[in-house]
Formats: sequence, C-alpha cells, structure tokens
Amino acid sequence: MLKVEETQPVEFSSALIAKCDEIVKRYPEGKQKSALLPILHEVQAELGWLSTSAMDKVAAYLDIQDIEVYEVASFYSMYFLKPQGKYVLEVCRTGPCCLVGAEKLMGHIEEKLGVKENQVTEDGLFSWRGVECLAACGYGPVLQIGPEYTFYENLNEQKVDELIEDLRKK
Amino acid sequence: MARKLLLEHINVPGINTLDVYRQKGGYRAVEKALKTLTPDEVVEEVKKSGLRGRGGAGFPTGMKWSFLAKPEGVARYLVCNADESEPGTFKDRYLMTYIPHALIEGMIVSSFALGANTSYIYVRGEMMPQIRILERAIAEAKNAGFLGKNILGSGYDLELYVQPGGGAYICGEETALLESLEGKRGNPRIKPPFPAIAGLYGCPTVVNNVESIAAVVPIINDGGDEYAKIGIGRSTGTKLISASGNLVRPGVYEIELGLPVEEFIYSDEWCGGIANGKRLKATVAGGSSVPILPANLTLKLANGEPRLMSYESLSEGGFATGSMMGSGGFIAFDEDQCIVRNTWNFSRFYHHESCGQCSPCREGTGWMEKVLHRLEYGHGKMSDIDLLVDVSKKIEGNTICPLGDAAAWPVASAIRHFRDEFEWHVNEPVKSLSTNYGLANYADPIAKAVTIEN
Repeated sequence: MLKVEETQPVEFSSALIAKCDEIVKRYPEGKQKSALLPILHEVQAELGWLSTSAMDKVAAYLDIQDIEVYEVASFYSMYFLKPQGKYVLEVCRTGPCCLVGAEKLMGHIEEKLGVKENQVTEDGLFSWRGVECLAACGYGPVLQIGPEYTFYENLNEQKVDELIEDLRKK
Repeated sequence: MARKLLLEHINVPGINTLDVYRQKGGYRAVEKALKTLTPDEVVEEVKKSGLRGRGGAGFPTGMKWSFLAKPEGVARYLVCNADESEPGTFKDRYLMTYIPHALIEGMIVSSFALGANTSYIYVRGEMMPQIRILERAIAEAKNAGFLGKNILGSGYDLELYVQPGGGAYICGEETALLESLEGKRGNPRIKPPFPAIAGLYGCPTVVNNVESIAAVVPIINDGGDEYAKIGIGRSTGTKLISASGNLVRPGVYEIELGLPVEEFIYSDEWCGGIANGKRLKATVAGGSSVPILPANLTLKLANGEPRLMSYESLSEGGFATGSMMGSGGFIAFDEDQCIVRNTWNFSRFYHHESCGQCSPCREGTGWMEKVLHRLEYGHGKMSDIDLLVDVSKKIEGNTICPLGDAAAWPVASAIRHFRDEFEWHVNEPVKSLSTNYGLANYADPIAKAVTIEN
C-alpha cells in the first residue's frame, strides 16, 4: 500500500502555476473563485489526489478560505481525497450500462485486480470504483481512466483484461 | 430519409475542423446574424421556430431569451449547459465530439442575440476529451476571426470559455450549474429570482442546453418559419435521441419530431428492434427521470392510437398512462430485465446525486434506495410497496429543484405499471434472486383505457 503523510508539504510545478494563471484570466476581475474547479483538476492531474496541503495551497493561490476549497473538493465526485492507484478504473454502474452487463464487469475487475472497490493494488498501479452515469449509455459497458479521462466503450471481460495488461506494461 | 439539421454532415471526414466545417456551409449563420440582423431579429427567428429547450424541460427557447433583463451597464451572460448527466442521455457528448463547431457557431449567434460579451460552456468534468476538442475548436474559430474583438467587422466582441465541472449530476440544474461556475458546491438556488434577472455573478444570464444552442444555427440559416414546418404541432424541428439498452443498434439519432415510437424502435433506419431476438418489456422514453412505461403503453396511447416521438404524444395520458420527452434519453428494456432492480439502481443514483439541501430529497432518496434494495434482495415486505409510494409523494413537489421529482417519478411509475412484479419479489424472495419475472402481460394489447390513478 501507498504510505502518504497527510501533512506532507506539496510543491506545484511551474507548469502547473502557469496553467492556473491562464485559467484565472477567464473570469471577471474579483471572480477568481470561479477557477476553483478547473484548478483542482489540474492539481489532481499533477499530484494524483488532493491532500489537505494541496487544497490549502489552492486556497492561498485564489485568495479564498481553506474551507471554501474543502467543501467543493468533498462535494464533487471526481476529486480524490485519498491517494489512489496510478490508474483509477471508473466503471459506470448506472441503469443503462447495467442492462448490458456493467455489474458483471465490475465483479470481473475486482477479481482480476484482487482489490475491493476504492482500494489500491499492492504495486500502487491500480484502483477501481463504480461511478454514476458517464453519458455514454449507447456504448456500454464503459469505463474511464483519468487524468485524461480516456473512454473505453462496449467492454467485455476480454477487453478489460487486455486493457489492464497494456497499462501494466506502460 | 428523414431530414437532418444537426447531424447532416456528421460522417464527413474532418468535419471537426474549421476548414471542413466551413466547406459544408459552417459559420454562415454567424455571418448572416452579425452582418444582416439585429439581436432582436435573431431572438424573433428563434421564437418563430418554436424551438423548445432540448435539455429536458422543453421550455420555449425564444421565450426564455426574451425574459433576459437588460439593465444599462450590467454584463449579461450566456452559459451553455453541457453537464450531460441524465442516465440514458449521451447526445451532447456525441455532438461535441464529432461536430464541435456546430456548438461554437450556435454560441456566437446566441451570445450576439442576447448581448453577451463573455460566454461559458460548462462541460461535465468527466468529458475531458470533449473539453480538449472544444478548446481546440474555439482556438480555430478565434484565429479565423469568429471570436474575439470586432467579429467580422461588426463591432461585436465575444470571448468564449470552456469550464469543466467536478462530477455532479445536480449541476445540470441551471442554478446549481451557475453556483458551480462560481466555484462553489452545486446547490440549486431558490427561485425567483430566475437567472434571467440574477444569474452568473448576480448578472442577467441565460442557460441553454448544447442541442438547443446548436439548433439556433439552422434556424438562422433557413429562418424560424422553415424550422417550424418540421415536426408536429408544438413539437417543432428535429431532436437528437440517445437510444440505449437492449436495442440492436443503440446510438444517437436525429429524428423529425412526430416519428412513431414503434418505427423508431423497430425500423432498420433507426434502432433495428430489440437485441438478441428478445421482446420489448418496457421503455424509459426521456432519460431516467421520466416515468417508465410498459411495452404496450410505449407503442400505443391508452386509446389505441400510435404513440409518437413528440413532447405532446409522449406525455399523452399524464402520468397514469404517459411519460415525457425529457432529454430524449430513450432506454429500452428487454423481457429478461428486472424492473425492481432497475428501479433500485435509479434510486441509488438519485440518492448519490442529491445535493442534500432539502430534507425530503436528502432523506427520501436514501429511504427509497434502502427499501428497494431489500425488495430486490429478497427481504421485502408487502407494505414496503406502499411505503415507497408514500415516500415518493413526500418528495415530489417539496424540494427547491426538480431532482426530488426526478427521483420520485421513476419509483412511483414503476409501481404504478409493474406492481405485480414488486409483489412477486415479496412472495418469491428466493426465486427472485435467481430468475426474473419476465414479460408477463406488459406487451399485450391494451384491453381498455387505463386512467384510474390511485
């Protein structure tokens, strides 16, 4: 398992800060808080998850209270408040995907990776979870992998096995 | 072949690029609107077209635009709702992926009509690939002079930005979306004031669905009257339908409103029938929030006439024997599907997605999920069925936003039409774990009009 100290200080790369500077320009003067969601995505893409230190840093950057970042990060489902595997397989578990076999597929992923939902594999490479409707109902079952949120559609057990093998080799 | 207004060129290679899009007549609407029409004339064309909001509510777009307050010296905003999250709906993703300039062009014309100089497209965060596609398309449009300062020499300025969400169904509700765009939790606002008066940053704002905005392009190109000739009655124009579930060919289809439902499901031009030679058991016609209907009521109205894909026909019979057009998320269930399990699945979804502001929704969706879970897993009691109806009634109409209704309707309608299947789960707790109730008489011809509610 990964071991991460919650209070471990974090550094943002200069590329990340440049990206944040660019995002803030999209909103009127004084409305920089609008940049919060996009910036949290950028931070998570760089660090893998949102630690308290990372969120505090975002609050300082946007000149808002720490709690304003925590309440947003905990409200939305895409932000990880705990360390995850390098690849998080997010499988749609909502109605239309279940009509075409999503539940069976999640069982298969659990067996294949050998970890329960939201747990990380020994090697730190994978975790998986069921997520709600991903708006790809006609191509189910589907799963996505961040931070690019690449989509994998019309899945079956064999395709998932191949995908996991490909990611292992990366 | 049916007329296509939005997806006509979808199969043209490179249509996602500005050059090919323009070769196929793209950005004509921007030139026409900015060079030859006033903003009010654009609004007038949209009013004449009869276009109704394609996100789910079906409110006339032109009327929504005309409500926009225009106080002197205050910025106005157009925000595109691309937070497509309604289970069963994936048309906006499709449009943005393959023909992003249709949305950009619609945004420019619509922003011009509303007098907005900064507009946002709020895309659900999971659609990161689509966000990249839109950003690239916006850069192309800006390079070509369709965005930025003094567009086409008209004196009109517009900046267009893409905003990612963070993963929350509730942000499809327009005031929750605005909260989210302001960098907050997606808690819907109490209305009034409506966004047309006080929306983004307290300024007058219009929020429109992706498909509604894209539809403005053909409306301006051909005129509102031409658009209104397509369709049936007050359901004018074409509609993107996302077809999913147990169909031979699920996918996104552009239909002329008024197409018979039976033709849509079974014709080879559309979904090609039910997959694997099975029979149709039920459908959810407009996304998970609308009432589920058994096969017989899907294909025909209670009086035996064919049901059509239109706002009026799909809701014909009210909730007793009808459903709704909603977002056009058409989900088909074959004879092997379990209605109790699906209802539980949808309830879990709404419980997960409730923002927690209003107690009837926060608590009620959790109750419904729990009760449905025990029915599905063989621990249910006969009284649970009425308990579910009771809880759903206590949610419906008692919440700030429509998520409460959206959570209540699928449960209430499933029990209304499939009560025998719920009772079977109580009477046969072991059998229901390993087998399904099957088709029963849901596909039988309708013997007589069913109009009794409660």
